[in-house]
Amino acid sequence: MKPIIRVDNLTHTYGQDTPFCRSAVDGVSLEIMEGEFLGIIGHTGSGKSTLIQHLNGLLRPTSGTVYLGDRDIWADPKKIREVRFQVGLVFQYPEYQLFEETVYKDIAFGPKNMGLSEQEIDRRVRDAAAFVGLDEGLLDKSPFELSGGQKRRVAIAGVIAMEPKVLILDEPSAGLDPAGRRSLLENIRAYHRERGTTVVMVSHSMDEVAENVDRIIVLADAGVVMSGTPHQVFSRAEELVAVGLNVPQVTRVAMELRRRGVAIDPAVYTVAELRRALSALKGGTAVC
Amino acid sequence: MLKDITLGQFFPGTSLAHRLDPRSKIIITVVYIVGLFCAESFVSYGLMAALLVTGVKVSGVAPKALVKGLKPVLFIICFTAVLNLFYTPGEILAQFWVFKITKEGIFTAFFMALRISMLIMGTFLLTYTTSPIALTDGLESLLGPLKKMKVPVHELSMMMSIALRFIPTLIEETDKIMSAQKARGADFESGSLLDRAKALVPILVPLFISAFRRADELAVAMECRCYHGGEGRTKLHVLRYHARDYLVMGAYAAILASVLTLAHFGL
Ligand SMILES: Nc1ncnc2c1ncn2[C@@H]1O[C@H](COP(=O)(O)OP(=O)(O)O)[C@@H](O)[C@H]1O
Ligand SMILES: [Mg+2]
Repeated sequence: MKPIIRVDNLTHTYGQDTPFCRSAVDGVSLEIMEGEFLGIIGHTGSGKSTLIQHLNGLLRPTSGTVYLGDRDIWADPKKIREVRFQVGLVFQYPEYQLFEETVYKDIAFGPKNMGLSEQEIDRRVRDAAAFVGLDEGLLDKSPFELSGGQKRRVAIAGVIAMEPKVLILDEPSAGLDPAGRRSLLENIRAYHRERGTTVVMVSHSMDEVAENVDRIIVLADAGVVMSGTPHQVFSRAEELVAVGLNVPQVTRVAMELRRRGVAIDPAVYTVAELRRALSALKGGTAVC
Repeated sequence: MLKDITLGQFFPGTSLAHRLDPRSKIIITVVYIVGLFCAESFVSYGLMAALLVTGVKVSGVAPKALVKGLKPVLFIICFTAVLNLFYTPGEILAQFWVFKITKEGIFTAFFMALRISMLIMGTFLLTYTTSPIALTDGLESLLGPLKKMKVPVHELSMMMSIALRFIPTLIEETDKIMSAQKARGADFESGSLLDRAKALVPILVPLFISAFRRADELAVAMECRCYHGGEGRTKLHVLRYHARDYLVMGAYAAILASVLTLAHFGL
């Protein structure tokens, strides 16, 4: 696999030349592979949102470079809009950006800015609505009549409709109820599976990340502290706790079992895995 | 970029200027402005300038910050100075086409520029050393007597404090909404004037909706805490004049009196 986005020694300082200046991202280097489902986790204020706003050129690095493919995205600042169509970014609480009279028009805002034909826009709007699980019937409603969860889906569809090569979501499930959260994550997973495009999900919930992503990058205090598969990351539970993060609940159960003398791999991180590990201990047949 | 806007920015501190009662500061600022408009000679302008310098020194505000505040009005200052330079009748020093430069013109232009600059720096000194909340409290208290004339003083000052409180929030929100729309390819920087005006819709609609939502939430929160207007409402921080307030106000009154006396004798 080759990287689709490469970040090289990126630093971003807010409010330079003021007494309040502080680096929100400090010397970060990372690679995002084509087609992967990447999770970025870190405690609140660790610089996740700041980092991802560099990936589509909303923020300009104080120092360092962001490459999309082989090109430095700031090589030609006039072409930065092109980058934004290829790297779709869904902000945290995206429902506050809705403004059109109908759901359809709001989802069409991005594709329209790309200068696509009516037909193509129509296809993309309907596709995107289907991906996020919005009924056709809702397309003609005002977005302001919808429930909070539906609004969020409309906003996400608005970015998916641009058919970006990389889809980045900043805490997509924040503030949703458990059922809404599960079904939204299932939609995102299905989108990744069917489209095969790269998806980056930012989150501070370990459970959420553990169940969905191929690879995890852990941020703490403006820098990358860990990166690897969920198995690799969760086997370093103490370090995670030290940077203010929790391990998934399942992992905590396994760690506690191990502490009490059960010979189990402490780095299990999904319910299915734990079940498999436990039944293996019992002789490999029973299903609890 | 939007964050660079400063509206009467407040620099917290503990100097004498910070500790004065906001009412005293409002009063002496008004007195200072009156003094500026009465000053007509080098001596009285010198007095006013000395007063400003003392104020800046006492407050510990960086003079650079004050001068920076002049930038937005630089044009107005130059414009009035030039007008005064050419249109004041008197002893002609130089003349070309319809323009005459007179000796009086030079003096008036110079004093006018000085007067406006000092006026602005004086008021900035007030907002730099007084928090917006203290300022509205002071205004409410000073305008108190108008309540007898059915002027809703308390409501006005409450509106002002709420507006001041929400300016940074709304600026931050505008920033966020702009970024979100830019991420969907919105373009605010190119196109005709009409295109640019249209490009504001995706920012203004969400911004208004969120402002109304916030207003609604705030109203409910205030009602939950039994807010029912100014009637019978007491304050956590009661404004009280101290000896320093009387001293400073007395000094200002004396200086204003001497400026007036000087003006009376044509100095
Ligand atoms: N627009 C901004 N101006 C100034 N400081 C900011 C701004 N946005 C974020 N920060 C600061 O940068 C740091 C990282 O914030 P952020 O990237 O939002 O973290 P996260 O998304 O991980 O919670 C925080 O300390 C935050 O206060
Ligand atoms: Mg964030």
